[in-house]
Amino acid sequence: MTASPLAPSVVPGPSAAPNPLFELLLRLGDDRLVLGHRLSEWCGHAPILEEDIALANVALDLLGQATMFLRLAGEVEGQGRNEDALAYFREAVDFRNCQLVELPKGDFAFTIARQFLFDVYAVILLDALSSSKHGELAAIAAKALKEAKYHVRHSGEWVLKLGDGTEESHRRVQRALDDLWRFTGELFAADAIDRAMQEAGVGPDLPALRAQWETLVRDVVDRATLTLPLQAPVLTMRGGRSGAHTEALGHLLAEMQIVARSHPGATW
Amino acid sequence: MVAGSPPVGRDELLAVLDEVMDPEVPVLSIRELGIVRDVDVDAAGAVTVTVTPTYSGCPAIQVIEEDIRAALAAAGHTDVRIRTVYAPAWTSDWISPAARMKLKAYGIAPPARAEHGALVQLMRRRLAPACPYCESRDTEVRSEFGSTACKAVCWCRGCRQPFEEFKSI
Repeated sequence: MTASPLAPSVVPGPSAAPNPLFELLLRLGDDRLVLGHRLSEWCGHAPILEEDIALANVALDLLGQATMFLRLAGEVEGQGRNEDALAYFREAVDFRNCQLVELPKGDFAFTIARQFLFDVYAVILLDALSSSKHGELAAIAAKALKEAKYHVRHSGEWVLKLGDGTEESHRRVQRALDDLWRFTGELFAADAIDRAMQEAGVGPDLPALRAQWETLVRDVVDRATLTLPLQAPVLTMRGGRSGAHTEALGHLLAEMQIVARSHPGATW
Repeated sequence: MVAGSPPVGRDELLAVLDEVMDPEVPVLSIRELGIVRDVDVDAAGAVTVTVTPTYSGCPAIQVIEEDIRAALAAAGHTDVRIRTVYAPAWTSDWISPAARMKLKAYGIAPPARAEHGALVQLMRRRLAPACPYCESRDTEVRSEFGSTACKAVCWCRGCRQPFEEFKSI
C-alpha cells in the first residue's frame, strides 16, 4: 500500500473536535427520524383503522420535526449537507439516536409502551429546549412541543387501555415495559456534548429531567395497574448517542435509505 | 419585474395571496389559516413571503409554496423568496371568526380555543364539538387523528354521521 498524499491532513487538529451544537441537533433529529420510521411500519398493519391513521399521523409529525432539526444541523455544520443528505447518506455509526427508538416495532403493546416512554421524554425535553438561548432551536422545540403533547395523550391513553384491559393486553404491555426499561437510562445520561451545551445555555440539564419523567410515567403506569421495574436495571443499554447501535438500526436504515441511494438526486 | 411597471404595494400582494387556497382545506385561504405571516417587496421588486407551517410534518406545505409562486407569477412577480419561520409557533387561534364559519359550512367543526395545560394531560378535558350538520352536542371524538394532521374524527349521535373537527393547537 502506498502512502496516501492526504495522510498529513488527517492528523486531528483543534478543528477535529465535534461541534456540540451539531451533535445535539443530530440527536434530536435522529431520534425522531428513526422513531417516525418505526411507526410508519404500522401503516396498513395496525389493529384498527383509527390506529393505523393515528400512528401514521404521529410518524408524519416526527418526520417533520426531524426535518426541522436536521436542516438546522446541516446549516450549523456548514458543509453543505441538507436534511436529506443527513437522513439518507449517513451510515449507522454516524446516527446519534438513542437505542430505545431503533428497536424493532414488536407487537402493538411494545410500540405503545415505547412511544409512551419516548413521548413523556419528548414533552419534558422540548419544554426545556423551548427556553434555549439558541433562538432557532427554541422555536423548533416550541413548535414540536405542541405536537408532542397530543402524542403523549394518545400513547398514554393506550397504556391505560392496555394495562387496565384484558389479561392478555395487561401481560403484553407489562412485558414491554420490563423489556424497554433498560433502554431509558440513555435518555438522561449526559456526556461532554450535553454538558457543553448546558453550560452554553443551549441544552438542558439532562440528568435533572429524569425525576420529572419518572413521576409522569409512574402516574400513568400506576393508573394502568402496571408496575415499573423497582430497581435500576442491571444492564443499562446506551451508546446510541455516540454511534454504537443495536443491529436493528442497520436494517432500518437499509430500508429507509435504499431509494435515495439507488437514485441519488432523483426528484419527482 | 418588467422595467417601468408601477411599484407594487403590499396590499396588492396580500390580495393575490388571498386567492391561494389551502390544498387540504380548500374552503380557506392560506391567509385565513394564518400560514402567511408577512409579505414584503423590495425596491427591485423582489417579493419575500414569510410563512409558518401548521404542523411540522404537514405534506401540504410544499404544495402551498408552489401555489404561492404560481399565484404571484400569474400576477407578474417571478422574483419570489419564501421564508419559513417557526416562531411564534402556529396556533389554530389565528383562524378568524369569519373563517370558522366557512369551515363549519364546509362540514368541519371549527377549532376550540387552544389549551396550554400540563405537559402530560390524558383525556381531553373540553367537550366534544357541536355537530356542524345538525348542531347536536351529543357527539364524541372517535380519534384525534384524521385524514390530515389538522383534523380529528368525530361522530354525531344526533344525526348519526361522522364529521371532522379542526384540531386546536
